[in-house]
Amino acid sequence: MAASETTRAEKARLDETFSQLYKAHLRDVYSYSYYRVGNHHDAEDLTEQTFLQAYRHFERAQRESDGRPLRPWLIRIAHNLAANYYRDRARRPQTSIDDAGVISSPLTTEGLVEDRDDLKRILESVEQLPDDRREALIMRFALGMDNREIARALGRTDGATKVLLHRAIKQLEGIVKHAEGPTEP
Amino acid sequence: MSEHPNELVAGHQFSDFESLLKRALSPVEPPKELEARLELTFGSLVDMAAEELEAWELSSMRDPRNWVRPVAAAAVGSGAAIGLVLVRTQRRRHKRRNESHGAVDLLSRTLRDFAREARRVADDVF
Repeated sequence: MAASETTRAEKARLDETFSQLYKAHLRDVYSYSYYRVGNHHDAEDLTEQTFLQAYRHFERAQRESDGRPLRPWLIRIAHNLAANYYRDRARRPQTSIDDAGVISSPLTTEGLVEDRDDLKRILESVEQLPDDRREALIMRFALGMDNREIARALGRTDGATKVLLHRAIKQLEGIVKHAEGPTEP
Repeated sequence: MSEHPNELVAGHQFSDFESLLKRALSPVEPPKELEARLELTFGSLVDMAAEELEAWELSSMRDPRNWVRPVAAAAVGSGAAIGLVLVRTQRRRHKRRNESHGAVDLLSRTLRDFAREARRVADDVF
């Protein structure tokens, strides 16, 4: 009976740790999911699935993390689920990212209408990037992950991630400039 | 913007374009109802029941006096699972109503969604 009480106490401790992880990273997982699938409904599903899967494998992940942060692990789960989401349903976002959701919270406080056009153009251009580059940018700019975290989430080396980000930004800049059309000299 | 990849991350100094990109990709707050639903999911007794059953030592199951708890846990877990399926099915009601052609079609869509969510809950939790 003592053994089962220890097991229960261990389980309670694990649940509490998971609860903290969930609270700390719900916004990250949701933001990532949202920018991947392009709408709130599917982002909610993806977020829910991510945390359910994380919960199932949490004990092992914690054991193997060696004290490192678990955010890249969470995002990697979301990344894999998003890939399955597209494969299973044979679809990509049918419309561009709903900018109402994106440009609402922090940006309305800026109150600059011309900025909104720029930001919308950038968002539309992000969607034209190859998957790996788009994901790296989402992790970097929406989630504020550093190169090491992104590398862990994508299963790449730090160096490869650095180059990936650089190329993603350069390509995006090119797409945005092209979309803006020729500028006056 | 720097041409060299190494300078991209040095000190996290963003160019004008990167600053715009950071604002365009601003974090998105999850809806409150999602938080509530996830709390419900994790707080649900489904997991507790599953854990109870998993943790239960097989040897103790030889004694009929120990059968009460796992059976009760399974019963509670089943109730929570059904609750979860209902919550998830309920979420899609507006979409179903908009897409349906008449009451029969709506009922048929509701049953299909219920079956789909039941399969998902079974996959997720068990």
